[in-house]
Amino acid sequence: MATTATQPPAVGTGLRTGRRTGIYWPRVLHKAVVYVLLVSISLFFFFPLLWMMTTAIKPTSQMFQIPPIWIPRPPQWDVFHTTWNRANFNVYLGNTVLITVLSMIGRVGSCALVGFSFARLRWPGKNVLFLITLSTMMLPFQVLMIPQFLIFKEIGWINTHYPLWVPSFGGAAFYIFLMRQYFMTMPRELDDAAKIDGCGWLGIFWRILLPLSHPALATIAIFTFMSQWNSFLEPLIFLNSSKKYTLALGLAMFRDQFDVDWNAIMAMSFLMVLPCLTIFFLAQKYFIQGISTTGLKG
Amino acid sequence: MLQEHFLTRSRRHESLMGWLFATPWVLGLLLFNLFPFVYSFGLSLTSFRIGYPTEFIWFNNYVEMFTEDPVFGKSFGNTAYFVALGVPLGLVTSLLLALLLNQKVIGVPLFRTMVFVPSIVAGVAVALLWMWILDPNIGLVNHLLREIGIRSPPLWLQDEDWAKPALIVMTLTGAGGATMVIFLAGLQNIPTELYDAARIDGANSVRQFFFVTIPMLSPVILFNTITGIIGAFQVFTLAYVATGGLGGPNNSTMFYALYLYNISFWWGRFGLGAAMAWFMFVVIMVFTMAQLALSKRWVFYAGE
Repeated sequence: MATTATQPPAVGTGLRTGRRTGIYWPRVLHKAVVYVLLVSISLFFFFPLLWMMTTAIKPTSQMFQIPPIWIPRPPQWDVFHTTWNRANFNVYLGNTVLITVLSMIGRVGSCALVGFSFARLRWPGKNVLFLITLSTMMLPFQVLMIPQFLIFKEIGWINTHYPLWVPSFGGAAFYIFLMRQYFMTMPRELDDAAKIDGCGWLGIFWRILLPLSHPALATIAIFTFMSQWNSFLEPLIFLNSSKKYTLALGLAMFRDQFDVDWNAIMAMSFLMVLPCLTIFFLAQKYFIQGISTTGLKG
Repeated sequence: MLQEHFLTRSRRHESLMGWLFATPWVLGLLLFNLFPFVYSFGLSLTSFRIGYPTEFIWFNNYVEMFTEDPVFGKSFGNTAYFVALGVPLGLVTSLLLALLLNQKVIGVPLFRTMVFVPSIVAGVAVALLWMWILDPNIGLVNHLLREIGIRSPPLWLQDEDWAKPALIVMTLTGAGGATMVIFLAGLQNIPTELYDAARIDGANSVRQFFFVTIPMLSPVILFNTITGIIGAFQVFTLAYVATGGLGGPNNSTMFYALYLYNISFWWGRFGLGAAMAWFMFVVIMVFTMAQLALSKRWVFYAGE
């Protein structure tokens, strides 16, 4: 059977050869190869994260054994607790949560408002502004960071958290575009019906369209969470005292202090990625939808 | 008459509301984007340096970085290397992963999750993880290499020749992320009739791949290439964390964005930094425009 499939199939017969004998061996072989590849590749990709976890809870005596020990005995669970208290991780966590939550509120709110305006209302200058909006997506942060630093310095915001969350309230081009596209897919009859019932524009936005846009709002909230939680360059530029540090910055500085204590470094790294993993597993569908429907980079 | 009056009133009201709803972005655009954008060009024409008097020096910053600064050339070369090698490798890896995950077998959602997850934990934690895995003395990779008989395995991040390839491998672990998902969505949008037709015409799976899959996927390939290049130009966190911000050894991981940061915030040379940022912006623009222009020759839009 396997040999007939490699010959160029004749029209009308080649497609059906397998059906007659019941088992189509090339297909079975194909599936087997696919499974072997899938299992080995996904393990390969997932492996570094497992290594992070297992390193954290390994006693020092088992750290360097070959073949590597995957399930350490006994696991050193207290590494999380003791390391956490060796640096200001409580403070870093508080700062990061504050910045992340405020950014999420600011960005979801502003992008929804602006996206609604672009999608539903007619106003002079809209098309020009929309083109400018799209072109700002090409601006690398590097072009903006020096002037932003000087502006924030001028108003006394350096070494405060304001530069890290206030700009979120001004919206962001990617997410405004996403909201606009989402609102555009909703039928205009919804607006008209609401207008007849005496609803103003604010009412249409707040009572009619917004309750229907949970998926888009969730996508923006999740992506904002991920980018702010992991953000490194901005805190590095705008913060300079360790009391203001975020987790990302604190973790990098922690590594400089505890150079080769890989147990501790991996334990803190793991705690840092844990919220991202949790949110991903809870909201996987919004990730995939958000990325694939808009071609957006996460 | 009355109706017309009513209409213009409601139109005027709509215009006002439109601007009101857009206010956050108008402010955000002006304050955090357009003003800094113009301001940074102005700065790039000055000698602005923290603690020194500022003078207007025309294009001298640009002249300085091209003619007097060997590290500038090196950092640009490093980034070019990263773009030239890392972006194609990343795209091919993402595409192969997408092809594999597009197979109709049981358990694909689980595999897709396992491949996707590493991409969401980007940043400092992952940089640290890889420094541990690639540690020359006690890291896992060199342990294994010694085990199979390689006596002096590479020093990876501490070796001038191996540091950049090591960083590229690190970024490849993110290949199962957004880029892969976009490829996957593109693959699932290809109508199955096209494959049926190709099969009837006698095309084997290799030919189907090159004559159906690739052309139908070309708009997505273009999108991923452009965003990949823009991202690669800005690679920063990985290099900063992995080298303590120094870009070593011997500037072999001094990427453009890292050098730009050091010039600006380590040396306080904001004028020169702004010039470097503008040069980066121009290069990204030229690359993007060139890609879009060239795309007319190879990108196939099914709708046209």
